[in-house]
Amino acid sequence: MDSRDIVVTVNGIRHEATVKTRVTLADFLRHQLELTGTHLGCEHGVCGACTVLVDGRTARSCLMLAVQAHGHEIRTVEGIAPNAKELHPLQTAFQKHHGLQCGFCTPGMLTTLIEFLHDNPDPTEAEVRIAISGNLCRCTGYQGIVDAALDAAKTMRNST
Amino acid sequence: MSIQAAPSQRKETKVFGKRVPRLEDLPLVKGLGRFVADLSFPHQLYMRVVRSPIAHGTITRIDADEARKAPGVVAIWTHADIAAYPLIDFRDPSAEALMPYRQPLLAKDRVRYVGEPIAVVFAESAYLAEDAADLVFAEIDELPPHMDAQADCASFAPGISTEPIVLKQGFGDLPGAFASAHCVVELELSIGRHSGVPMECRGAIGRYDAAQDVLELWGAAKVPLRNRETMARYFQRSSASVQLYELHVGGGFGVRGELYPEDFLVCAASMTLGRPIKWIEDRREHLMATNQSREQYHRVRAAVDQNGRILALSDVFFHDQGAYVRTHGARVADLTIGMLPGPYHVPVYQGIGHFRLTNKTPAATYRSPGRYEGSFVRERLVDAIAAKLGLDRIEVRRRNLIPSADMPYTRQLGALGTEVVLDSGDYAGLLQTSIDRFGWDELQKTIRVRRAQGEFVGAGIAMFLEKSGMGPSDSVTVSVDPMGFVEVVTGGASVGQGFETAMAQICAETLGVDYRRIRVVHGQTDRIRFGIGAHASRATVMTGNAVHAAATNVRDLALKHASVLLQAPAELLDIVDGIVVRKGSPSGPTISLGQLSRQLSPGPEAIARGTNGLSCEGWFYADHMTYPYGVHLALVRVDGETGQVFVERYMVASDVGRAVNPMIVEGQVVGGVAQGLGGALYEQFRYSDTGQPLSLNFAEYLIPTAHEVPDVEVIVAEDAPSPLNPLGIKGAGEGGCTGVGAAIASAVDDAIGIPGAITSLPITPAKLKALLKNRRDNSNGDST
Repeated sequence: MDSRDIVVTVNGIRHEATVKTRVTLADFLRHQLELTGTHLGCEHGVCGACTVLVDGRTARSCLMLAVQAHGHEIRTVEGIAPNAKELHPLQTAFQKHHGLQCGFCTPGMLTTLIEFLHDNPDPTEAEVRIAISGNLCRCTGYQGIVDAALDAAKTMRNST
Repeated sequence: MSIQAAPSQRKETKVFGKRVPRLEDLPLVKGLGRFVADLSFPHQLYMRVVRSPIAHGTITRIDADEARKAPGVVAIWTHADIAAYPLIDFRDPSAEALMPYRQPLLAKDRVRYVGEPIAVVFAESAYLAEDAADLVFAEIDELPPHMDAQADCASFAPGISTEPIVLKQGFGDLPGAFASAHCVVELELSIGRHSGVPMECRGAIGRYDAAQDVLELWGAAKVPLRNRETMARYFQRSSASVQLYELHVGGGFGVRGELYPEDFLVCAASMTLGRPIKWIEDRREHLMATNQSREQYHRVRAAVDQNGRILALSDVFFHDQGAYVRTHGARVADLTIGMLPGPYHVPVYQGIGHFRLTNKTPAATYRSPGRYEGSFVRERLVDAIAAKLGLDRIEVRRRNLIPSADMPYTRQLGALGTEVVLDSGDYAGLLQTSIDRFGWDELQKTIRVRRAQGEFVGAGIAMFLEKSGMGPSDSVTVSVDPMGFVEVVTGGASVGQGFETAMAQICAETLGVDYRRIRVVHGQTDRIRFGIGAHASRATVMTGNAVHAAATNVRDLALKHASVLLQAPAELLDIVDGIVVRKGSPSGPTISLGQLSRQLSPGPEAIARGTNGLSCEGWFYADHMTYPYGVHLALVRVDGETGQVFVERYMVASDVGRAVNPMIVEGQVVGGVAQGLGGALYEQFRYSDTGQPLSLNFAEYLIPTAHEVPDVEVIVAEDAPSPLNPLGIKGAGEGGCTGVGAAIASAVDDAIGIPGAITSLPITPAKLKALLKNRRDNSNGDST
């Protein structure tokens, strides 16, 4: 089975790794780097739980091969907080607004919203709903997530 | 949006009843949770299940020779390799008639649904296991599949029909009531096959610890302690040598945490192969292997008087159980019958449920089992009564509601093995509150204006009656350590609903400590002997009241001991933030719970006293369930071109007795609505005539997204605390889901102006387009 050597930066740390060519980015992150915060909910690109940021843009890590990440910068849920003590405003807002119950979809929601709020720092509720419409949540009914996104956007606007 | 009910007069609380942040959230928002797929053991093998591609057939041969030679393969099992293992048992004693219909771990010589396990591959990696599984070839002679639960019964096995049991409950003189009725309203209704479909697929790791002779199952959920009993019985081991461990669970909804063939297979293989066995379900497997639910076909009749009062109710239904009877037995059909009359006074009733097997994925419970179905049937019927007599939909409901003066109300029916006795409720009061808050009357005017402009817009209503707090008992141990931290060991379970926070709030309020200093243990069978878990909206009622009992005992013990040390009668002492103080004298002598814990630590004195440490057990028993209730209201618009339904507004008023944390209750209600909407409008497991499943991915099985779920308005009502437990709690987990199918159907009828048009769920665009086309054709016919 083919293997390749890749160099990939994940959450600011440079990794040199040998990966089988057929291994998905999600499996590489979860099993080779032991970053299990990226969740697999469908493995066909619909549910959005495995969403990560590749060079700042969202990607479904279940639909991407690890070898395709060669030379790129990946950010996962484990790397979105500014440091070990502080949280990203979205992480704080999700807690405040009950934006999670079981927490399984949460990593993908957070990464999706990071890209979205970067592109659109002052969104309407309708725009937030469109932004997360590719991420399935089975627990919350989405309202807490929408409220959290709007609140975090406000916090982020005020802090810049 | 949330609306707090007006606080009634009650004791001021510090943390009970407050919207405090959840204790569960921090690791989850950081991506540091541990779901079963995230856990690995050294030297583990991966299991891949080979599943039947045929709905019904006879296995003539399974060829695994090539697969055995594939890289990384350690073993491959078919039924012949594990023939000594019995069928999977029911959790609770069930009717003898159901026994032959239980599922084997691997199909023996007959396959009965697409997705049925026929072989398992154990290999060094998940990728290699999947490669090898593709090489296993099963030769299956096809038999005609039986796909219609309403059709004549077929043969399940020689001499055994596909209808193992007909459930029947009722009371009163049915023929007499129908003979004397002013009129009879009769409907044929059906509910589509759909299910919980949590975002995390199932998973299990079996691990046999040979050094200790302990069999472990990691990734347990829902009812770990009950499942331990089943597992111990199955493998003929002592309970103490079988341990189940719950990790983070990515949603339960009834389906996750039941015992399936895969749970037994990983355990069996861990013992045989001597290595940990990890199995993680993929989504395609989930949609063909995990419990489905709901599919029922009802023929319901009501005898009514001229004022729309129900004189008698008769329901005959066909329950599509799928290919086997799993751990629940016939529970869903039983609950359908026992709960069908809902919040209404029904003098005469008969419910008959034909429990039938087909060649579909087996069915079992899903959030509001039997009640989502029954509420659709009952509320459709009430709408039909109103339409037939030309009465207002709400007025007919009002006339039939059980008055609060009649509580407790004995229904003369059973559910889950208990007698249905409605404990408390002001049904009419909550109906009025909710229609006022929804602005129902003013809304009718707006609707008329919009209709005049050509829109298909309408409002709908449904009332629901839920059940919760299934007994019989729960125990909890509350312990304070020398630093003043508290541990609450429960037999409960967390499926993501906020269990830890709710238990901590109850303990904190009772004991007088900060809820953030409390650690709540659940789902660990090596920590507690007795417990049940989180199902049937029981956790907060049952485990919550056990927490209250245990915390009360700890409080009493602490105050008794402190009263000696502080030289003050216990009744003059209080515990504030973990410190025992004299009431009303903040500057007086104090002692912390941590210090008391140290003083009470084991030793001759402690043994003489009968307590070791600042630690007590507490129990809660319940003979009867407690019954939450409420109202669903919907405003919908139907697109006349596409047949799509847009839910513009949705409100749920839900009386939960007492809300431990209103934020969590609202979350439960809103999440329930989202799932209910799925079943009402989008979700369905469809099958071809040959039994091939047609909903095997998220493009075919449609879960509501943020686009489809509106901002649900929630009224958390506390009008009728349960008299059955000291905290007055009723369960909050299912009421948000229960009434959605019924309320949406009512609203869609209203929107398209055809009373009784909706007779089946889900209400697909295709169905609505056909209805609207008929409507157009008819009106064209009238005018020409």
